[in-house]
Amino acid sequence: MEGSSEAEGLSDVATSAGWVDADVREEFPELRLVTATLDARPGRSPDGVRQRLRGLSDRFRGSHAVTMRQDPIPWAYRVFYRHVGLDPDADRTPVEAAAVERLLRGGFKSRNVVDDALLVALVETGVPVWALDADRVRGALGIRVAGADERLGRDPGAMPVPPGRLVVADEEGPVAVLFSGPAAGHGVTRDTRRMTLFTIQVANVPAIHVEEALHTCVEVLRSR
Amino acid sequence: MEVLEHQERALPQARPGTRVVETGERAARRSLREQIARIERELGHTFAGAYPRSGLEWGVPAMAGPRVLGLGELERLRDDLAARLRGVRGDLARRTEREEECRRLIERMMLDPAAYRHVRVSREDIGERGCGHWHVRPRLGLVGMMMGWWRVKLSSGCPLARGLSPPPPSEWEDEAVSARRCRARRGRLQRRGPLR
Repeated sequence: MEGSSEAEGLSDVATSAGWVDADVREEFPELRLVTATLDARPGRSPDGVRQRLRGLSDRFRGSHAVTMRQDPIPWAYRVFYRHVGLDPDADRTPVEAAAVERLLRGGFKSRNVVDDALLVALVETGVPVWALDADRVRGALGIRVAGADERLGRDPGAMPVPPGRLVVADEEGPVAVLFSGPAAGHGVTRDTRRMTLFTIQVANVPAIHVEEALHTCVEVLRSR
Repeated sequence: MEVLEHQERALPQARPGTRVVETGERAARRSLREQIARIERELGHTFAGAYPRSGLEWGVPAMAGPRVLGLGELERLRDDLAARLRGVRGDLARRTEREEECRRLIERMMLDPAAYRHVRVSREDIGERGCGHWHVRPRLGLVGMMMGWWRVKLSSGCPLARGLSPPPPSEWEDEAVSARRCRARRGRLQRRGPLR
């Protein structure tokens, strides 16, 4: 397993590149996992964030949803979905799922500051970001292939992960299946005081978009 | 803001003048992934171009991912995507041909409505959005029909936009509403006084 972790400046929050297992890296040399850990608490979104979501909803139109898959970043994630055996028309890429929800619900609805931060970053950059409870993460996060008899998360009732699945894991085991939400017991809860944000960068997604996605998340989370 | 370019440095640089040749299955898989990316791009363009036509099949089955696919699986995926692209393009070509025929039919209807009595062509038939249609109808109903006064009517046809319907009331809400109505009715009767 190859480890790489370098600190980068993101205002006062450092981002670091997670590790990517050597076997996975050989197949997908441009696959990256980037993380940022910050002190932040969940809660209701402030008015500014709600206003920002309303602005995003107003700017997002049906035609955008149709032409979205031609745009470079949504296309890059669709292609990666194909490469790893997912059908992006069935398991939608995060940005396409957000677009469909926007069309069905008539707007990007505010839920809480964490979900709103992830949504704002996703819609503005096209890059998906997930949040974990930092106190439940052991060591550095990375991407690897799940082994036999592994479970998703460390809860007693954690579901087994089929061997061969690509997972986001820490030093103790998988905490999420790639492109899925965090395992039970690892997501942000009411008691969370520190969060680890992570994002997956695939081929043809410029690093500046990944940086911007994390920066946006941090900015929204800090706006409370 | 700094740019995350640090990982690029991790990749070994080839010396000038040397060619890196990948051999074996990995090179084949890489090539297949590039082909899949190209086909996916073309599918995206075709998808956007096909709008607003509906009923076209775009899906290509998933392969129990996310995982690293083998050579055979990537080949099958590439072939499935190529077949899907071919199929969609074929369907689109047939549809656009039919739409063109419908457009020509509308022109002929406009020029000589009497020759196309009661013929109706919808916007969907010519690949456009909306519920409107061109309909050859007589002026003044029966009189026009008997006198041969035919014309093409363009109807917008779309119903007014309506939002999402409210959720159905729960059983408890039903009971609460009926109890409130009962009380209101009883109150009205009491105010009205005894029946004469």
